[in-house]
Amino acid sequence: MSKSNFTRRGLLKTGAVAGAGLAVPTIFTSSAWGFTNEPKGSTVTLGFNVPQTGAYADEGADELRAYMLAVEHLNGEGDGGMLNTFSSKALKGNGILGKKVEYVTGDTQTKSDAARASAKSMIEKDGAIMITGGSSSGVAIAVQSLCQEAGVIFMAGLTHSNDTTGKDKKRNGFRHFFNAYMSGAALGPVLGKAYGTDRKAYHLTADYTWGYTQEASMKAFTEKLGWETVATVKTPVGAGDFSSYIAPVLNSGADVLILNHYGRDMVNSLTQAIQFGLKDKVVNGKQFEIVVPLFSRLMAQGAGDAIKGILGSTNWHWSLPDEGTKAFVKSFGTKYGFPPSQAAHTCYVQTLLYADAVERAGSFNPCAVVEALEGYKFDGLGNGPTEYRADDHQCFKDVLVVRGKEQPTSKYDLLEVVEVTPRAQVEYEPDNPFFAGGELGECNPGA
Amino acid sequence: MDAILLQILNGLDKGSAYALIALGLTLIFGTLGVVNFAHGALFMIGAFCAVAMNRLLSLSFETIDPTRQDFLGNPLKVQTHYVEAWFGPEIGNAIVDWAVPVSLLLTVPIMVLVGFAMERGLIRFFYKRPHADQILVTFGLAIVIQEVIKYYFGANPIPTPAPSMFRGSFDFGVLIGFEPNAIIYPYWRLVYFCFAAVVIGAVFAFLQFTTFGMVVRAGMADRETVGLLGIDIDKRFTVMFGIAAAVAGVAGAMYAPINSPNYHMGMDFLVLSFVVVVVGGMGSLPGAVAAGFLLGVLEGIASMKEVIDLIPGINQVIIYLVAIVVLLTRPRGLMGRKGVMED
Repeated sequence: MSKSNFTRRGLLKTGAVAGAGLAVPTIFTSSAWGFTNEPKGSTVTLGFNVPQTGAYADEGADELRAYMLAVEHLNGEGDGGMLNTFSSKALKGNGILGKKVEYVTGDTQTKSDAARASAKSMIEKDGAIMITGGSSSGVAIAVQSLCQEAGVIFMAGLTHSNDTTGKDKKRNGFRHFFNAYMSGAALGPVLGKAYGTDRKAYHLTADYTWGYTQEASMKAFTEKLGWETVATVKTPVGAGDFSSYIAPVLNSGADVLILNHYGRDMVNSLTQAIQFGLKDKVVNGKQFEIVVPLFSRLMAQGAGDAIKGILGSTNWHWSLPDEGTKAFVKSFGTKYGFPPSQAAHTCYVQTLLYADAVERAGSFNPCAVVEALEGYKFDGLGNGPTEYRADDHQCFKDVLVVRGKEQPTSKYDLLEVVEVTPRAQVEYEPDNPFFAGGELGECNPGA
Repeated sequence: MDAILLQILNGLDKGSAYALIALGLTLIFGTLGVVNFAHGALFMIGAFCAVAMNRLLSLSFETIDPTRQDFLGNPLKVQTHYVEAWFGPEIGNAIVDWAVPVSLLLTVPIMVLVGFAMERGLIRFFYKRPHADQILVTFGLAIVIQEVIKYYFGANPIPTPAPSMFRGSFDFGVLIGFEPNAIIYPYWRLVYFCFAAVVIGAVFAFLQFTTFGMVVRAGMADRETVGLLGIDIDKRFTVMFGIAAAVAGVAGAMYAPINSPNYHMGMDFLVLSFVVVVVGGMGSLPGAVAAGFLLGVLEGIASMKEVIDLIPGINQVIIYLVAIVVLLTRPRGLMGRKGVMED
């Protein structure tokens, strides 16, 4: 006669142990349960979301060139570029975790809704595991929030607003590019040295998120020098003709004009300010000066002679003497015939950093990637020693103060580096009021 | 006072551009009855004629300078303009420097041809169609032209400087007793304003004092009767389309130094120019010119800091506000003719 060993107490114990056993993987190893677009085959797909049409299409084209170069290098083709100078040696040129890197592209059109739609399509239809790119803060913030919801990593392209890693920061998003606060912190002392501490500044500011944060940062740092802010005037984005905003500047008693404009607006407002002869005037017994806090070589080409002698800041420049820059410029220049822009540099580096984080984490799981990137310190990628700060996912590194070259030797040789501002001077506490509000939140692996 | 004077001056050059575009739009609407949404694109093509002339005159040949290096460390390729090699550096540079005014020689024939091609090749098929169809087809055409220009010239603005003798600004305030720097006005904008006045005057003179102009005016007033008199009015209207295109083109070419040409500049001006036409009165040439200058000046005044502080955002809506007020009080616009778009 058989006798059952099951008792009520035994059954409860067994159930509890089995339940705990099943629960363990979900608590400690969520990768066991999959994540959005987990690569199953021999390839992995990255989504490059850049402006292919619209005002920043040329910048987008340069970003795309950089991405294609990065994919080549990751797959072991070409000369390897910055893989040879990168301080991390996790990437071996055999794809990412042995999977060949493929890519899809989307067109942001520099419009938030279009950028979200193209990112969504790349994630849902093409199975992109990571989204990167863009040339505007409005777009970056919109796509970053979409990636957070979708459970993929967002490696921002060119975005300079404080908000991207300030009030709108997200755990799944990372920014390599510098920001408006850093521009102010780097430019402030140089402006003090070049133009003195007794100055009156007039701001013309693009009427959107980036413009506001750029103006606030420049205002704070110039006032710290002792400068007086005479007026701050918002200008509509894409105004075309800025004459009605520039004409009153001289009459206001200001002796410095700060143009918080980027892209086409910067080209037009700067060109028109020069046409008004502002740079030739003497006001308050001082030579009138113009400052463009965020410079881009591609935009400088559009402004032509107008940028000569104008001070500004930039994230990176192809003429830097470090080995990483040299390697990247050589790869890019040989392939395309001209030096890369700062947008191209940031996008190339972001792709490498993502791939490297996956290799080091040993997983494509976004949460593992987040963990690998948070607080990660690296070098050899063109900006000197750099850190992805865990508190806000902002890269901290040296910032370049540049000036429009008086005697350019070619159409690419437009900016000269005036000063490499050390990281310590542009660094800020995570709770800095310029970045107040917003939380990183939890990482989202998606599915 | 000086601030207001400054903005009035400022509004004049912007108004000049509005007036020139609106003049062409009205000419086309008045003669052919077509609402031409591709007119801004014609302005943009004109600006790119200036860019093309600049590039044409800057055509260069390459020599290798082994003593200097490019960004990759290879021997530097030095570009020398052909005109410099042919005429010497001084005259060669002066020719390149004057590229924008010289480009008018290229702009006028090109724009007349583009105008003819547009009218004969596409728009004439839409004469008897509703205005909505005309708007759709011309707007589509504008987008196509825009994309073609972007394909060849890129998306970034292209610097197209004015001749160096017109760079800098003129201290207008000192002339009328104000402090130095109170009212400054760039020389090239002064040139633009005078140029616009001459073009507008020439178009009016052409319509007023030539037999051709008289027939066109008669056709604008009563197309059918003129046709019954045995005059081929359609041919004349096609010529007017070409003239309207040329007016928009030269307006764009001369505007190139003020606003670096980019593929989107036509669209930037198009909507505003339509408002100008509506405010001026559909079909009224003097109305279009007057409204162009009026709205240019009002836009300038609304951009004053004092005004923006008082009514935030007024600078962005002033033109549309004025349009609403004018249309409510004078539904045909400032100088609108009875019967236009009223059937």
